[in-house]
Amino acid sequence: MLTDILQLLIYGILLGSVIALSAVGVSLIFGILRFAHFAHGDLMTAGAYFALFFMTATGASIWLAFPFAVLAAILVALAFDRVVYRRLRRTRPVILLIASIGVAFILRNAVLVIWGPDITVYESGIKPPMRFLGLRIKEDQLIIIIGTVLLVILLSLFLQRTRMGKAMRAMADDPDLARITGIDTDRVILWTWVIGAGLAAAGGVFLALDTRLQPTLGWDILLAIFAATILGGIGKPYGAIAGAMVVGISAELGAGLPGVFGADWSLTSYKPAITFLLMVAMLLWRPQGLVGGRA
Amino acid sequence: MMEHVGASLIYLLDPFVLAFAGIYAVMALGLNVQWGYTGQFNIGVAGFFAAGAYTSAILTTAPTDNHLGGFALPIVIGLAGAVVVSGLLALLIGLITIRLREDYLAIATIGLAEIIRLTLKNEDWLSNGTRGVFAIPHPFQGMPADERNLAYFVLVAVVVVGLYLLLERARRAPWGRALRALRERESAALAAGKNVDRFRLEAFVLGSAVMGLGGGLYAHFAGFISPEVFEPMFGTFIIWVMLIVGGAGNGKGAILGAFVIWWLYTFTTGLISLAPVKYATQLGALRVMLVGAVLIAILLWRPDGLLPESRDVGGKRK
Amino acid sequence: MTLLAAEKLRGGYGGADILNGTTLRVGASEIVVIVGPNGAGKSTALKALVGLVSLREGRIIFGDEEVTGLRADQLAARKLCYVPQEKNVFASLTVQENLEMGAFLRRDDFSARMEQIFDLFPVLKERRRQAAGTMSGGQRQMVAIGRALMLEPRLLLLDEPTAGLSPKFTEMIFTKIVEINTMGVAVLMVEQNARDALAIAHRGYVLVMGQNRFEDTGPALAANPEVAHMFLGG
Repeated sequence: MLTDILQLLIYGILLGSVIALSAVGVSLIFGILRFAHFAHGDLMTAGAYFALFFMTATGASIWLAFPFAVLAAILVALAFDRVVYRRLRRTRPVILLIASIGVAFILRNAVLVIWGPDITVYESGIKPPMRFLGLRIKEDQLIIIIGTVLLVILLSLFLQRTRMGKAMRAMADDPDLARITGIDTDRVILWTWVIGAGLAAAGGVFLALDTRLQPTLGWDILLAIFAATILGGIGKPYGAIAGAMVVGISAELGAGLPGVFGADWSLTSYKPAITFLLMVAMLLWRPQGLVGGRA
Repeated sequence: MMEHVGASLIYLLDPFVLAFAGIYAVMALGLNVQWGYTGQFNIGVAGFFAAGAYTSAILTTAPTDNHLGGFALPIVIGLAGAVVVSGLLALLIGLITIRLREDYLAIATIGLAEIIRLTLKNEDWLSNGTRGVFAIPHPFQGMPADERNLAYFVLVAVVVVGLYLLLERARRAPWGRALRALRERESAALAAGKNVDRFRLEAFVLGSAVMGLGGGLYAHFAGFISPEVFEPMFGTFIIWVMLIVGGAGNGKGAILGAFVIWWLYTFTTGLISLAPVKYATQLGALRVMLVGAVLIAILLWRPDGLLPESRDVGGKRK
Repeated sequence: MTLLAAEKLRGGYGGADILNGTTLRVGASEIVVIVGPNGAGKSTALKALVGLVSLREGRIIFGDEEVTGLRADQLAARKLCYVPQEKNVFASLTVQENLEMGAFLRRDDFSARMEQIFDLFPVLKERRRQAAGTMSGGQRQMVAIGRALMLEPRLLLLDEPTAGLSPKFTEMIFTKIVEINTMGVAVLMVEQNARDALAIAHRGYVLVMGQNRFEDTGPALAANPEVAHMFLGG
């Protein structure tokens, strides 16, 4: 039984990793541009499909396609910022939120138009999972977890050590003060999209690698991303990562534990509900996030 | 090509199309009470839409083993049930979430709508799961198809006009003025405290109940509902686009927006029928992109919509 | 020599005007204090100087340049730095990072300046790695002032720097303001602690309803019986 619980924990960390990569971006965008970016899930989807496109076009492996996907997603995000979001920045943030829902539908359906509705995978064929103390983990899953750790370290170096990274944290703390101080907010916003979209694409590729590619790939996980963002506190990238782990692990444990304890029912189809209840509880109890931050 | 365009245009006046547009107008009127009057950001419209549709369907279908009921009750009772159930659901949700900031309310409501959809998809005993509820009675069952659609459109039109008059009255009443004051954050103009929450809750419940009615009307017209109908695109998003394109805050805008967007959507269906079948899904997606683009274009160039809120009763809007 | 001259400012936040012809002047090495009753438009006047309030009328000259309508960051680049009353530190950044952000506009080496600020506020040096949001109100005020000083401003605008502080910290902030002034920085501040503020000020303004009511040297204003009666509690 302990093995079963540990196995669920691994799945939780796996899910948490994918959520974390996107939640960092949502949290930064929320803090800096002050709106909940509803197109973030679909940015993940776009990233995942860009990798597929590169693989089919060049015959390269997924790992060569990875940087291409990240770059392409960044360009897409910058284009939407230029055409849509930037022009709405002077209005109320809620208008940006509505616009981002429009962008979400455009992106998702663009994926549908270009790649069609069929579910697909990067590489077909079933690889047997590795076994370790009775636990199962696939090679791809191990790579996802390690890749996430590496990306988080890179992100952390950027945020802690570089002038732009610090300015980004400052602006996520307080956009008005950042402006008064003389921080170049336009450049910070540009870099926010670069970081946010890049990590979203990485998360999308990882999610598609672990599951399958489909046009609703990212949208289906968007609520979990928002939950992680709120749990971590708006504008707090590290909080978002911690929140993602809480969300990922509690969703997997919540869905799997009844089975472990011998129940003949399962909550697997209600994973989003578990995440959601966690989030609503958080909104009501501590809207500023677990570790503090802007409400 | 030209004849097809012509045929598509004529098709826009088909009662079948008009009835759907009218049903969407009901939903948009409901949403207008929340967003237009009060500034509540509900993007879980699909949840109340679904609650209304399933309630009315279950209450009025003949007894079956497929799902709960049916109770074979008259359609009027079904529609009343739709209003009550979605109103109660809104009350329950509202009591928890009414104080949330608008962006948090958005996230909370879309989550609830998704949970409602998941429940309908997974709980076969209640809703027959993904197979959906069928053989939902139509009030004009015996008539030939054309007349039946026309009669239903007239019914929907009466409901739309009635709702419009009712909601417009509420908007001009002290109740509506108080809501608008809330929206504009003129909290000083109001007795602070409990009243504020109460007004917001009333608006949320009223708007959701109207959406529930729209759901019921949808079920009896379509004759069949399944969880797919209530996915975010057609359950929520298109209704938002309708309200924003038409102009939030006033009922005329909501109604105009519903017709304009539904016509646009239907018109493109007509054109798509020209293309090979194997591209049908892609072309459908293209149409959704078009709706998204219309939304963004309106936000960029005409943020108050086609029919901006009249300022006679509202004071100025920023 | 006049460093800042703001003439006949009129404007507000979109509704009724809050400033009704306010005029302010600051000399190159002066400490100038604005006092007045609540709602007189004191903070609004400061915000108007840095473009945070929309002005219908009036003009602002800083140095030998007209700066009316420039944004706060553009003014910061011209060495006119503003410290808001609340939310004036980046809470999740460390003290040192806050100071670095203050120097964002500088591309040169600012380490010497940071040392100067650490000399001025030694407690900031001790706590340079502490998150600013976890510090006391008085220390946060020091972080905020220190951050604004990073650009080596010619004029520092302070909005109620002692609001909510204990008497001990209030006195200490006023001492530091005098010290900053001796470093060659002119100071224009809004203060509720009118008596203490006027004591260190070279000149003062009394604003009422967005208009200049009195203007005199600090001690003279403090001694003016009408002013004393109005705001100094007897």
